Amino acid sequence: MSEITELKKVATQVRRDVLRMVYEVQSGHPGGALGCADIFTALYFKFLKIDPKAFTMDGKGEDLFFLSNGHLSAAWYSVLARSGFFPLEELATFRHIDTRLQGHPATEEGLPGVRVASGSLGQGLSVAVGAALAKKLNKDDRLVFCLMGDGEQQEGQIWEASMFAAGRKVDNIIGIIDYNGQQIDGACDDVMPLGDLKAKWEAFGWTVLEMNGNDMEDIVQTIPKAIEKTGKQKPVVILMHTEMGYGVDFMEGTHEWHGKPPNEEQFNKAIANFEETLGDY
Amino acid sequence: MKKYIYQEKKDTRSGFGEGLFELGKSNPDVVALCADLTGSLKMNKFQDQFPERFFQTGIAEANMMGIAAGLTIGGKIPFTGTFANFSTGRVYDQIRQCIAYSEKNVKICASHAGITLGEDGATHQMLEDFGMMKMLPNMTVISPCDFNQTKAATKAIAGHEGPVYLRFGRPKVPNFTPEDQEFIIGEAQVLIEGSDVTVFATGHMVWQALEAANMLNEKGISAEIINVHTIKPLDEKTVLQSLKKTGCGVTAEEHQINGGMGESIAQVVTKNLPKPLEMIGIKDVFGESGKPDELMAKYGLDAQNIVKAAEKVVSKK
Repeated sequence: MSEITELKKVATQVRRDVLRMVYEVQSGHPGGALGCADIFTALYFKFLKIDPKAFTMDGKGEDLFFLSNGHLSAAWYSVLARSGFFPLEELATFRHIDTRLQGHPATEEGLPGVRVASGSLGQGLSVAVGAALAKKLNKDDRLVFCLMGDGEQQEGQIWEASMFAAGRKVDNIIGIIDYNGQQIDGACDDVMPLGDLKAKWEAFGWTVLEMNGNDMEDIVQTIPKAIEKTGKQKPVVILMHTEMGYGVDFMEGTHEWHGKPPNEEQFNKAIANFEETLGDY
Repeated sequence: MKKYIYQEKKDTRSGFGEGLFELGKSNPDVVALCADLTGSLKMNKFQDQFPERFFQTGIAEANMMGIAAGLTIGGKIPFTGTFANFSTGRVYDQIRQCIAYSEKNVKICASHAGITLGEDGATHQMLEDFGMMKMLPNMTVISPCDFNQTKAATKAIAGHEGPVYLRFGRPKVPNFTPEDQEFIIGEAQVLIEGSDVTVFATGHMVWQALEAANMLNEKGISAEIINVHTIKPLDEKTVLQSLKKTGCGVTAEEHQINGGMGESIAQVVTKNLPKPLEMIGIKDVFGESGKPDELMAKYGLDAQNIVKAAEKVVSKK
């Protein structure tokens, strides 16, 4: 079976996990998590140089991943568990009391894979830049990846971090923006127009790539190009076009499922889109 | 009664700068960040000597806090430097999520705290920082009293694993503590032993308390003076032992009474050993422009006011 087919199988299971986790606890953010299942899968099952069985906070000699838009936690937890960071059955504890799988990612209970809390938006890129600086000081040539939301681009701190990374030539970082055009109150263009994001990031001094984040072949072709662009005195960012709620027709193209769980009927319709490829948790 | 003398007046921010420079020499993991106030924070020596470990972030404090959190992930010990208002209120959510909740080993070093910032006025006179910082779980809050102690505290916090808020100031104040002192986080210092009233002071108010002790002594009141250089964790044992002996206390800080050190002491006292307390601090107002000494007098933060408060609280015993 081809590598793309294998990755797609994982992404399908991740989408099942997301829906089951959010439905079971009747809370969470399914829309963005479904839209980003492909990039999470590609990073954790193909690109990140990591050892899930031996997670360390400092991650020396490994690639680091930061999730700035922490509300995508369900998809992140699914790939972390399925790539071996913690037991798969722990996904059933998502958002329940005493869980390590907090509604938004946290480090307090030592969940392997998570290096900083996120959820209050706009902060992850700064942390990723700091971690990238530490890698340079440590003569560690691995990379730092940071996934952000598009609505999150409205936060001023993103642009502080963007200016710093370009100004200080932090060229061992790859930012990825989940460009689905939706945020909790509606379309980004209605809530607060982002303008020409590509031109903005280029003007800030970053190398900008674009890809379709719901096309595994495009992801698998574009990430190596982004990696190739690192180490050239400029930080790299990928504008990743996705569909919020991807794979569930009634969840696509709307902000309605940003932070709302499906009811029983909706869940049954939604889950039917995704075959149990790797076995449910 | 023990007497304290000083050779010269020095600013506590320079104590920070000296301590940071020494850390740079002794600990290769120590890195420093500054948001366009390198000269004001006296971080130039570190910057000049260790340019590869110094990060100028520009006027972008939120980003500075995030970068500091990220640097800890690679095993670094970041010291951030800016004014106290930009070190706390401006970046509270960044500190809360990425440093305190995430238990990152960041040292938040805040200068120009309090009303003694002087002429710049209320926009820059941070008087709420103890409250904001002590409320955060995992945060240690330190407020040394003079140049030597700030230098010692700066070096000590590098060896403490976890987030720390270190507060110091701008004006030159008496430098009376020993040059070679050991700074023990969480251990209040009994500077003068007394029997009638305890004065718990922190930061610039410690020297005022020592002067007040002399004035009280002349009035026949024996004051015990305690330097509460660690606001959190509070040295409850020393607080209670002293109050058990003296039976009443005065708290003195260059900070709002709401949310300040006095409030922390009152909580411990109320729970364990109810005794009358008077509190010296800012009374729910903003500051204003003026010379540090003028402001200290106008807002009731000087030795005379400590004496008045002590006499009042002794009469309540």
